[in-house]
Amino acid sequence: MDLPEDAGQLEAEAVRRDTRDRWLMSVPALMIIFLAAAGPLLVMVIYSFLTPGDYSGVKWEFSTNAWSSILVQRDIFDDTLQWADAHLTIFWRSVSLSIITTVLTLAFGLPTAWFISTRPPGKREFWLFLMTVPSWTNLLVRTIAIQELIRAEGVINNVLIFVGIIDEPMQMMFTNFAIGFGMTYVYLPLMVLPIYAAVEKLDVRLLEACYDLYASRWHAFTRVILPLIKPGIIAGSILVFVPCLGAYVVPRVLGGGKNLMFGNLIELQFGAGRNWPLGAALSFLLMVIVMIALIYYIRITSQERKDG
Amino acid sequence: MAERSAFSVRTIPGFSAIAIFCFVAIYAPILILVTFSFNAGTSLAVWEGFSFKWYVAAAHNEQVQSAALRSLMLAFVAAAISTVAATMAALATTRTRHFPGRTMIYAMINQPLMIPEIVTAVALLIVFAWVKVVTNHTSMIYLIAAHTAFCIPFAYLPIRARLETMDDSLEKAAADLYASRWHVFSRVTLPLMMPGIIAGLMLAFVISMDDVVITEFVKSAGQDTLPTYMLGQLRRVVTPEVNAISTVVVFAGAVLVSIFFWVSSNRR
Repeated sequence: MDLPEDAGQLEAEAVRRDTRDRWLMSVPALMIIFLAAAGPLLVMVIYSFLTPGDYSGVKWEFSTNAWSSILVQRDIFDDTLQWADAHLTIFWRSVSLSIITTVLTLAFGLPTAWFISTRPPGKREFWLFLMTVPSWTNLLVRTIAIQELIRAEGVINNVLIFVGIIDEPMQMMFTNFAIGFGMTYVYLPLMVLPIYAAVEKLDVRLLEACYDLYASRWHAFTRVILPLIKPGIIAGSILVFVPCLGAYVVPRVLGGGKNLMFGNLIELQFGAGRNWPLGAALSFLLMVIVMIALIYYIRITSQERKDG
Repeated sequence: MAERSAFSVRTIPGFSAIAIFCFVAIYAPILILVTFSFNAGTSLAVWEGFSFKWYVAAAHNEQVQSAALRSLMLAFVAAAISTVAATMAALATTRTRHFPGRTMIYAMINQPLMIPEIVTAVALLIVFAWVKVVTNHTSMIYLIAAHTAFCIPFAYLPIRARLETMDDSLEKAAADLYASRWHVFSRVTLPLMMPGIIAGLMLAFVISMDDVVITEFVKSAGQDTLPTYMLGQLRRVVTPEVNAISTVVVFAGAVLVSIFFWVSSNRR
């Protein structure tokens, strides 16, 4: 045996075998995800280029109608192209409600994150735990809790009438307000956690320095604190905005049949709308928007880790 | 400048008040929901006395029984399979130098977290509808596959986190003492990994129990789980029976999550 030169080869062989074994070990997880999550997305893309079937499903005829009908539709009487107003209204509702929810969760989440970070070191984990527990409870149950709160005969209306602020129950259910309220409630923890992580790292000496230099509270907040925790704010905003845009349960329960959001418009195409290709195209569009936001998020947070 | 001594650079006026409001506000709706599950009347907002009658009603409702049983079965099977697959994948992707394709494996495992649920749900509906037509087979296998897939990343995270805190000195010692590879794994590695595996199992179970969107699109007729059953009930007149079911779901979830936190914080 000529050992010396084989040593390198043996090692290369061992490395190759190790890599192969590691891939083999990962196969079950990868297979399951491919078959029941990633693979179907590819089929969905194909479906978006087909023709709707007569009752449901698709006919195997190539068509780009699904994609164009996202934005425009052909008038049934005079065959002219028109903006698909119904879709545009729903897109606008989805985007505007998602932005409003993001702003609201920021307005409530930033002070909450700050509050947690100013607790004594041993107590912070407790407060964080308190903030995260509800987000692990069933999303549907939390949505039902909000529904029961804001119903015409719900607790909020009863209290307001009892106190005498209003005489008649306010109609809150099945409005845009209800959806925004519900999403703010449901997604608040997603804003608090990344901001807390950023606030936690804040160097208090910088604050001391700026107060020593006679900065006002306002200036300290806007010129020192906000710029320093900006990565946390951006991260939290993406984490809230993304699920809002794809929300399905909250608008279905609180928005009712009239106030659809993106997710409900997709569902509609597989139910009463009977337009699977359009549903597939809308899904793909939503997926692309969300992926762009999340890739941006990952870049920010990994940048953070490098800097911090 | 009387309060000069109390001046703290970390205080921002009003922030504590908003924070306390938030903590109250995230628990209040759930507490109200729980409270009215014990209402003797049918109202969800007017207290008419204490009673367990809605729990009794829910427990005797055959649809609730079968949905609850189906949810538990589904969550158990999906959590078990996903935890086994995630454990293997975690062993393969941690405690090693970078190997070709590792980033791809990460990306693939986390893929279900990146895609909005409604998108995955629709994609599964399309594929499974076709498979159901071709094979004429409509068992729970579709729900089990779908749940297992989106549970894998949740099971994977705590197991990987646990593995990354483990150094391999004990395993090396075992190998030095002539333990076979299997013995090293079963007597040393696996017991050390156990807290992570249990945490992953719990998390996967909770995630599966909570799912409504994907289940709603994948289920065949008569395959309601507890969440999809509740979603269906909301279209009708809602009685505190829904609150009773919700309360049980919330408490079961809270217990599991508390155990999860307890297990994963006792990692040393």
